[in-house]
Amino acid sequence: MKYNFAYLDEDTKKEIRRKILKAVAIPGHQVPFASRVMPLAKGFGTGALQITLSILTKEDVVKVIDQGRDDSMNALNLKRLIKKTSGVETTTDTAKATIIQTRHRIPEEKLRKGQILVLQCPFPEPLRWVEKSEAKTRKMHAEMDYSKAYLYLYENILRYGEVLIGTRYPVIVNDRYLMDTTPIPRWDIPKLNYADCLFLFGAGREKRIYAVPPYTKVEPLEFEDHKFRVEDMSGKRCALCGSEDVYLDEVIKDDGQKYYVCSDSNFCEKVRRGIKVERWDNVIRS
Amino acid sequence: MGFIAVRVDPEKIEKAEKLLKRKIQGIPTEYIKRLTFAIDKVMGEAGLYSEDLAALAIRQSLGDLIEASFMLRSFKNTIRRIGYSEPSDCREMRVIRRISSAFKDIPGGQILGATRDYSLRLLDDSCDIENEEGEKEVISEEHKVTFDGKLPKVKDYLKDYLETIDEENTKESLYDITKEPLIFPNPPRSAVLQSLTMGEEGALLMLAYSSLRGYGPVHPTILELRQGYLPIKIKHPVTGKVVRVGEIRATECEVISQEKEKLKIGYGLVFGFNERKAISMAILDRCLQVKDGTPASDEEFVLYHIDGVDAMGFVEHLKLPHYIFFASIIDRIKKVNK
Repeated sequence: MKYNFAYLDEDTKKEIRRKILKAVAIPGHQVPFASRVMPLAKGFGTGALQITLSILTKEDVVKVIDQGRDDSMNALNLKRLIKKTSGVETTTDTAKATIIQTRHRIPEEKLRKGQILVLQCPFPEPLRWVEKSEAKTRKMHAEMDYSKAYLYLYENILRYGEVLIGTRYPVIVNDRYLMDTTPIPRWDIPKLNYADCLFLFGAGREKRIYAVPPYTKVEPLEFEDHKFRVEDMSGKRCALCGSEDVYLDEVIKDDGQKYYVCSDSNFCEKVRRGIKVERWDNVIRS
Repeated sequence: MGFIAVRVDPEKIEKAEKLLKRKIQGIPTEYIKRLTFAIDKVMGEAGLYSEDLAALAIRQSLGDLIEASFMLRSFKNTIRRIGYSEPSDCREMRVIRRISSAFKDIPGGQILGATRDYSLRLLDDSCDIENEEGEKEVISEEHKVTFDGKLPKVKDYLKDYLETIDEENTKESLYDITKEPLIFPNPPRSAVLQSLTMGEEGALLMLAYSSLRGYGPVHPTILELRQGYLPIKIKHPVTGKVVRVGEIRATECEVISQEKEKLKIGYGLVFGFNERKAISMAILDRCLQVKDGTPASDEEFVLYHIDGVDAMGFVEHLKLPHYIFFASIIDRIKKVNK
């Protein structure tokens, strides 16, 4: 079978690019789009894939990661489809890629101007935690009524002394829109703030696109007397490269013992090979 | 226009059956038996494990799977039930596929097995089977070396964080919903799990999905999903010893979900290879323990409506003549709108 360059037909890509432009123009605002049925199941990254394919040019170099890894099954599979239908160059090198599609992580290596990170998004609506109805959440966004989200945090702190949101931590973008950050760890949230790169978010099943343009203010929801916190990685180090200041995966060995490895496989490899990696400077440490 | 009463004519029923029978002619049951997922759906919803009979039912229903489950389930009630098997431990399953999405690596390893999860859904009229057999060998080899046939559960390694499921609940004697009615409120856990595992796949899927999307309390992670051959054991009627009588194909799923400051487990176990249903069941099991007023966590709403055989019967009964009922309504409407 012969497919159009990057699978989707040109009209579809044009529509998606228009929606992306609107999303970039209104940072953090969810733009509805006519999500297409892709040849993989919804929930596997169809929204981000449609974005990646729509913005792809023949000169692009694409990297796909899942849980931070280039070699995870889902990442390999997405990369296979992109390569098969576009023929563009693919890479595992974060610095070399122009477009990085990701599920659940932002790379440890700092992304530079011109790079685009496309995040796979299961739940675009950050208010879904506190309000089931789409009709109501749309109104809440229009009126910038985020009191219920703050109340949720407040009640958490009151009951448990901590905010229990692990991933999908809500942020305020450009002092205006409350935004779902997708299931990236809290560790990655500060990277969204005043970044050099462009972040695009694609939710295929829920048919929404949203964006954080470069150099945009992104603040996690927090209180003056209870600040946002990232995952505690203190005292742990990667068993492979020895890095301490990274997001680590816990691995259970057959004998039940635990050890840790870098979640970001390309970062880990670079450290092991002695390649210098530029890190994000605007991070919060646990 | 008047209403025409359907005349009772036995010949008509036979003629209607004949029209269908003609379509079935020439479809070999052997081929249908190879449509594993259809067979498994039907065996699960019927609550009867027989690939041969399921294939027969699917053939007879021309692929109407709820109808096939219906036929198989009604057939079940013609067989004498001679006893209960001993509780099965899925650690003893001969595993052919096993994954955890909660951890990168797990004791015993992630075993991808046969799955469509990472296939591109491109229509393809060729079928490459070369790689398949090689893969199978690798899997069983790996598994045997490490665990000697008994693969530990991921949850065994999480004891520190997990709240154990209420022991009394699991120790109580089995409540058999094929012999006793479901009673509300608070049906026994064994009754809930039986209803779920015999529920219609699509119904379970829809309700579980509603919870994931926000209309329910549970958004879990798959702690472990395993597929394989599960040994079935019974107590020997004469010697009293536990003996193995065979094995069934089964899918087991444990989801883990954050509830307030705790981690909790939801459980799913279904006949055959049906991951979608096992996962949905595990989500709903968890939802039904939370009970936060949402549809997916309302035990009456869920357990009364997930049964495909009940639902298809009642919805389709609307095709029966209802003219007495309807005439009576017309009478009332006429009166009021005069």
